[in-house]
Amino acid sequence: MAAWLGTAAHAVNDLPGGPAVNQLNLHPAVTQIAQEQHWLHWFMMIICVLIFVAVFGVMFYSILKHRKSVGHKAANFHESTAVEIAWTVVPFIIVIGMALPATKVLVAQKDTTGADLTIKATGMQWKWGYDYIKGEGEGIGFVSTLDNAQRQMSNNGGPKAGETAPDDYLLKVDKPLVVPVDKKIRIITTANDVIHAFAVPAFGIKQDAIPGFVRDTWFRAEKIGDYHGQCQELCGKEHAYMPIHVKVVSAEDYSAWVAGKSKEAAALADDPAKVWTLVDLKVRGEKVYAANCVACHQANGKGAGPIKALDGSAIVLDKDHNKQIQIMLNGAGGGAMPAWKSLSDTDLAAVVSYTKNNWSNQTGQIVQPAEFVTARK
Amino acid sequence: MSAVLDHHDHAHDESHAHPHGWRRWVFATNHKDIGTLYLLFSFAMLMFGGVLALGIRAELFQPGLQLVNPELFNQLTTMHGLIMVFGAIMPAFVGFANWMIPLQIGAADMAFARMNNFSFWLMIPAALMLTSSFLLPGGAMAGGWTMYAPLSLQMGPAMDAGIFAMHILGASSIMGSINIIVTVLNMRAPGMTLMKMPMFCWTWLITAYLLIAVMPVLAGAITMTLTDRHFGTSFFNPGGGGDPVMFQHIFWFFGHPEVYIMILPAFGIISQIIPAFSRKRLFGYASMVYATGSIAILSFVVWAHHMFTTGMPVTGQLFFMYSTMLIAVPTGVKIFNWIATMWKGSMTFETPMLFAVGFIFVFTIGGLTGVILAVAPIDVQLQDTYYVVAHFHYVLVAGSLYAMFAGYYYWSPKWTGVMYSERRGQIHFWWSLISFNVTFFPMHFLGLAGMPRRYADYPMQFADFNAIASVGAFFFGFAQVYFFFFIVLPAMRGKGVAAKQNPWLDEGGKGAEGLEWEVPSPAPFHTYETPPKLDATATRVIA
Repeated sequence: MAAWLGTAAHAVNDLPGGPAVNQLNLHPAVTQIAQEQHWLHWFMMIICVLIFVAVFGVMFYSILKHRKSVGHKAANFHESTAVEIAWTVVPFIIVIGMALPATKVLVAQKDTTGADLTIKATGMQWKWGYDYIKGEGEGIGFVSTLDNAQRQMSNNGGPKAGETAPDDYLLKVDKPLVVPVDKKIRIITTANDVIHAFAVPAFGIKQDAIPGFVRDTWFRAEKIGDYHGQCQELCGKEHAYMPIHVKVVSAEDYSAWVAGKSKEAAALADDPAKVWTLVDLKVRGEKVYAANCVACHQANGKGAGPIKALDGSAIVLDKDHNKQIQIMLNGAGGGAMPAWKSLSDTDLAAVVSYTKNNWSNQTGQIVQPAEFVTARK
Repeated sequence: MSAVLDHHDHAHDESHAHPHGWRRWVFATNHKDIGTLYLLFSFAMLMFGGVLALGIRAELFQPGLQLVNPELFNQLTTMHGLIMVFGAIMPAFVGFANWMIPLQIGAADMAFARMNNFSFWLMIPAALMLTSSFLLPGGAMAGGWTMYAPLSLQMGPAMDAGIFAMHILGASSIMGSINIIVTVLNMRAPGMTLMKMPMFCWTWLITAYLLIAVMPVLAGAITMTLTDRHFGTSFFNPGGGGDPVMFQHIFWFFGHPEVYIMILPAFGIISQIIPAFSRKRLFGYASMVYATGSIAILSFVVWAHHMFTTGMPVTGQLFFMYSTMLIAVPTGVKIFNWIATMWKGSMTFETPMLFAVGFIFVFTIGGLTGVILAVAPIDVQLQDTYYVVAHFHYVLVAGSLYAMFAGYYYWSPKWTGVMYSERRGQIHFWWSLISFNVTFFPMHFLGLAGMPRRYADYPMQFADFNAIASVGAFFFGFAQVYFFFFIVLPAMRGKGVAAKQNPWLDEGGKGAEGLEWEVPSPAPFHTYETPPKLDATATRVIA
């Protein structure tokens, strides 16, 4: 029975900046807007509860007193224009009263002008891409994916009995979005494929990420910490597996992070004209595979159900590299296999070479990054 | 005794008067038979959709994927929605309309009896296409019942089968609505003016206009999806210059009136039952008619409250917030009128009344969470979370479905000629009410805490409420199986105490009123073959 109630069995704790165990209300607010949303929600709840108690108080009183079994005889009235007008006008006034404070907050939520930092969040099947567009850190860009071990844990039936479940299960990413505290951050949302939605409950924001369109929202986080959200628009099979992690740091820490990221980007820049050896490509490719492919195609390359096996696949074994290259760049199966053109040419070449030379596939074929450069043209 | 069954001039030969065997059902033109067909069909769909729901709740019982892969999970959620909306709720109300509208207005049958047959039988191939789509390559549709583009463009052949099925269902609904409008406007017995007509007929008349207005809009949206998928258009495909948000506008322009289509007939049923069991006339009949009309008209101008986070300009958000909050006013008026009907009445609580009162109580909870969702800044937190799932299940299950149960218990003596077992009805009611709330109340908390919809797996902190909801769901499902095997089936087989012509009249002669109670129980195959002469209230037949 204890194993039955998940949180008790797995000793789960509240996640600061994320959900609390058996949380009853909205997330604690970290922005003014979220604070106003809390206030509005309490305001609405209290009015609704009062209406509920009044209306059902009357109804249950009537059920008790006006029943045949206690001998109550039915009265004869069946209409009253005055009463109808009263209970139309009074709710109408209540509704206007509810709408006024809501209007104020809504207008404030929409005002994205005067941002200190602008970041583009691109929804992709099934991860988020962040590009720092304007402000300190501009030019930084990276992709943020759900932690692989957690994705595997989900496939394996979740945390096992007795196992300590991570408090950030399905919320942990490899590269969080880092922003400075107390600055107005404008988030521009768009998407590469289908509609996704970027949301961080602690900030009180949610904005659809629509392919071909650019939308925006904003937040000013007032507390340092880690804040979590999840994709909030059905985007395909991994919809539950593309979380959002925003790390709010002090201004100094942010500047340090920006400096570090720029150095990293310079160091990592791969020269797509470089000619690689198969051994080096396989080592690189194995890392790319583990970070991106293993959740669907499995570590043994055999896939499962509708997911195709790579081990022994005719397309992978084919001498014509282009067959596999096209699938990597453009996807297949109507998006069941997503397009991976957001990976670098080197990463793509590495993982393709890896699949062609791993498990029972021993083709000896090498795919160089330059082939992807050409294929993209 | 029966002024309504005339034996003298209509000497029908046997086969026309009362067909038998399979021909009776396949070629049915009798509104009672077609009503029965619709009701049985919709119950079968309710069971199928229910099994899909139990699949969802079984998977969500614990964090982690135990039973299905995420692709199949998305198929379950999508098909559960489609089948319940188009296969269970809508056809069931059409079944009620077919059975009761001619009886209530003193007409011999629906205006277009053969088209009525076609409307029903169209549903069968459509339902087969939808349910068997799980077996197509790629499985069933998996983009949500809302089928947003461009995700819908990625779906396999089940999407095309589903589009075809929905076209057929739409055609069936439109034909049914035409039938209802023409019947109600033209075939009322002399003396039954529109403002003396039973509320059920009023709500269906208005619903029929809504259906005719919006089903073609859905047809447009899904046809554009079809051509985007196969014929090179780019209505919604951004790669070709199309606009995914336009799909949402078109879909929800249909979708919002659709949810009122699913509740207005329920309001009509409740408006008949409350007065009967309060032994008091419906309070504010005229107001109720106007309120229903207002809800219908307002339902056309609220659609984008489903789209608050799509990025529309703030003026748009404000407009839709205001209009959505406004629609709460006529809905509230209806609730107040029902309670005023009960007030100072002389109530008894047989099963129809239990479900009717239960409806008012639980539907209002759903309505209030709807008002909260209408507040756009709050909606930003709650959009696409379990709070929305809780809201619509409260209004659709505890709303529409409870009203249908109420209507079943109220009218089944007329349909079957036997009384259901009161004790079993009460068991069904309490079992359903408790398990429903156990299932869906925790979802409000999950939504406030941010748990998104359509998620096959979730963070650990949501585990307990999910487990509770799953247990409740199984109990709720079994309650409906109990209903069918222990209440409906025995009645269909004629087991039970013989029902009086009007079982809802007490010794003082107070209780249910209406022309359906002026014919024997069970209602003969043909009723009101000549229009009855009515008293001044248009509720009694005078010889």
